[in-house]
Amino acid sequence: MNACWTIEFLNRLSTDITVAQSEAASTTIWQIESRHWQRFAELASQCQVRWVAGWAEHLDARFLVNACFENAGVYIVLRTAISCATPELPSQATVYPAANRSERHTQDMFGIHFIGHPDKRRWTRHQAWDKHSYPLRKDFPVHGKPQDITPPDMDYPFIKSHGAGVYEIPVGPVHAGIIEPGHFRFQAVGELILNLEERLGYVHKGIEKIAEGRAPEALARLAGRVSGDTTVGHCWAACRAMEQAAGIEIPVRASLLRGILAERERIANHLGDIGALCNDVAFVFAQMQFTRLREGWLRGNASYFGHRLLMDRIIPGGVACDVSDSACSLIKQEIVQLRAELSELVPALDLNSSLEDRFYTAGLLSTEIAAAFGTLGYVGRASGQNFDVRRDAAYPPYTQVRVRVPVEAQGDIASRFWVRYKEINASLHLIEDFIDLLAAGDIRAEWQTPQADSESLGIVEGWRGEITAYIRFGSDNKIARYYPRDPSILNWPALEKLVLNNIVPDFPVCNKSLNGSYSGNDL
Amino acid sequence: MLRLFSKILKTGVITERCKTPKNDELEQLGIEIKRRIDKKFSGSIAIREVDAGSCNGCELEIHALNNPYYDIERFGIHFVASPRHADVLLVTGPVSRHMQTALLRTYEATPNPKWVVAVGDCAVCGGEFGVSYASCGAVSNVIPVDVTIPGCPPTPLALMKGLLGLIKA
Ligand code: SF4
Repeated sequence: MNACWTIEFLNRLSTDITVAQSEAASTTIWQIESRHWQRFAELASQCQVRWVAGWAEHLDARFLVNACFENAGVYIVLRTAISCATPELPSQATVYPAANRSERHTQDMFGIHFIGHPDKRRWTRHQAWDKHSYPLRKDFPVHGKPQDITPPDMDYPFIKSHGAGVYEIPVGPVHAGIIEPGHFRFQAVGELILNLEERLGYVHKGIEKIAEGRAPEALARLAGRVSGDTTVGHCWAACRAMEQAAGIEIPVRASLLRGILAERERIANHLGDIGALCNDVAFVFAQMQFTRLREGWLRGNASYFGHRLLMDRIIPGGVACDVSDSACSLIKQEIVQLRAELSELVPALDLNSSLEDRFYTAGLLSTEIAAAFGTLGYVGRASGQNFDVRRDAAYPPYTQVRVRVPVEAQGDIASRFWVRYKEINASLHLIEDFIDLLAAGDIRAEWQTPQADSESLGIVEGWRGEITAYIRFGSDNKIARYYPRDPSILNWPALEKLVLNNIVPDFPVCNKSLNGSYSGNDL
Repeated sequence: MLRLFSKILKTGVITERCKTPKNDELEQLGIEIKRRIDKKFSGSIAIREVDAGSCNGCELEIHALNNPYYDIERFGIHFVASPRHADVLLVTGPVSRHMQTALLRTYEATPNPKWVVAVGDCAVCGGEFGVSYASCGAVSNVIPVDVTIPGCPPTPLALMKGLLGLIKA
């Protein structure tokens, strides 16, 4: 299918399903009747349309249920309205496994029932609110009715296995390292992993609820804390959505600076994780070398942009900080140095037999499974998913440059490792290109209060992959709904698949090679 | 193998020392920490890090304490895998309600005497998340806190300073 897949697809639908089309601030919305919800998914999946994100909204006496789809870089938001009196509609998770946890999240947060959903269990809800309360309904107070001590979530019905020699290993929520909390339940025979079940939601902080009523700047700050390692990515997606909704065009210089920030964030994370991957297979030399490079890079962030992790550098309408010409030439020198370091280090890694032993063929994720789960970013691209928002649905400043997207088909830890290394090189080029394109100019457009009810979807490529942020404004410049979809939400389920038939001691390196965000998933 | 050795030799020791001009605070701080640790803890403290609901930004900076620039272990401060081996709990994040019991249990599992350090604005005062149906806010709302290290996230230097504060207390 080509870029006008939507036209062809609408023709195909016309016999079964009536679609009411509308355009809202760079977002195409297709409204259908709720009874066709699943049928639409069936037809879409037959046409290789990708399921991107799902979320709901509570408006007066009805719920709007949304699902975003993409093909060839063209996105649409599918929408249906259901009444609060009978909050149910057919599930899309039967067709798209990617929609599974998202629908369970909507079920827990809104009390919307997805008919025929293959998994009836709760997901985001543990014990902080009861089964008949739904935090994202408008009549649920932001403080809720918490108990003094929220009890642990003891009776979650994990999948059980039986048979001689099968045993279970429960891990978490508090893990042994300096890492976010989550629970993993393994079933194993000997050292072999038969099944892994993830139980997340431990760091659910009510981000969607506390976003309501915020002013744009405050929402941007919150977005920058959806997942600290992706502060630039989430902040950019949310600001893009807000700017589109308000009809604001940001200055060219601001978009180039955003590009530099986002690529710096990508490089910092890749450097850190490449070291950590080596550490997980006890190759401490590389860990030390890469944490050294990462530290140097973060110090660069602090000196050029004023924050090591680049938090709050992106603000509604533009960016909060400018860079001088002399800083630009320092950044260019830094890039030359980093390349020289990598050209020394990487051959040493490539020739190392213990890395080869542990990385090749371990943690295999097939192209088919990656596609079925809508796996994103370097995890998807290491399993043949040739997609990158920066190239395929380009937005400024990526519209002005050529974005190189490394893709591999092997799908093992080694592939993910090498894709990330190649992405560092591609990002270094991009930063150089952006610096060359910088011309004097404003770094912030004046904010204009958007009309009440204006909405938009902001989409950017974060370092983990595609990030979408849905925003609806209420009156008086206040946020009525914010839903950020971190790539981890789609990547976590892939971990359950790629560890199968690996040995338990390889779990940490398998996990690290995917590196999902717990915070970005749990919201 | 030769490549590795030559890179190691070429990199040299980059851990920051007092001779480094301007960035000297680090070494002073470290020596100060070491002196106090020696006195109170016979030369070492064991830290168990607990993410009780953070955005993961604080974890990134705590990790940095182990990189060769800071190399916090040289001062006898090391991270351990179990609260049962720990003298200090380093807690980040607003405490999410879903982590409340886990944090309480971790606290109980840590032998006395023990100290709790709340790391980052969220842990200190609730930060951007505050108290809600999903969040208990500051760590002190859940367990007693001895030292607070503000910042979003605190830099590795601020973390070292904060640990010094603990040992002084
Ligand atoms: S203090 Fe800042 S970096 Fe730390 S958990 Fe809170 S928001 Fe994240």
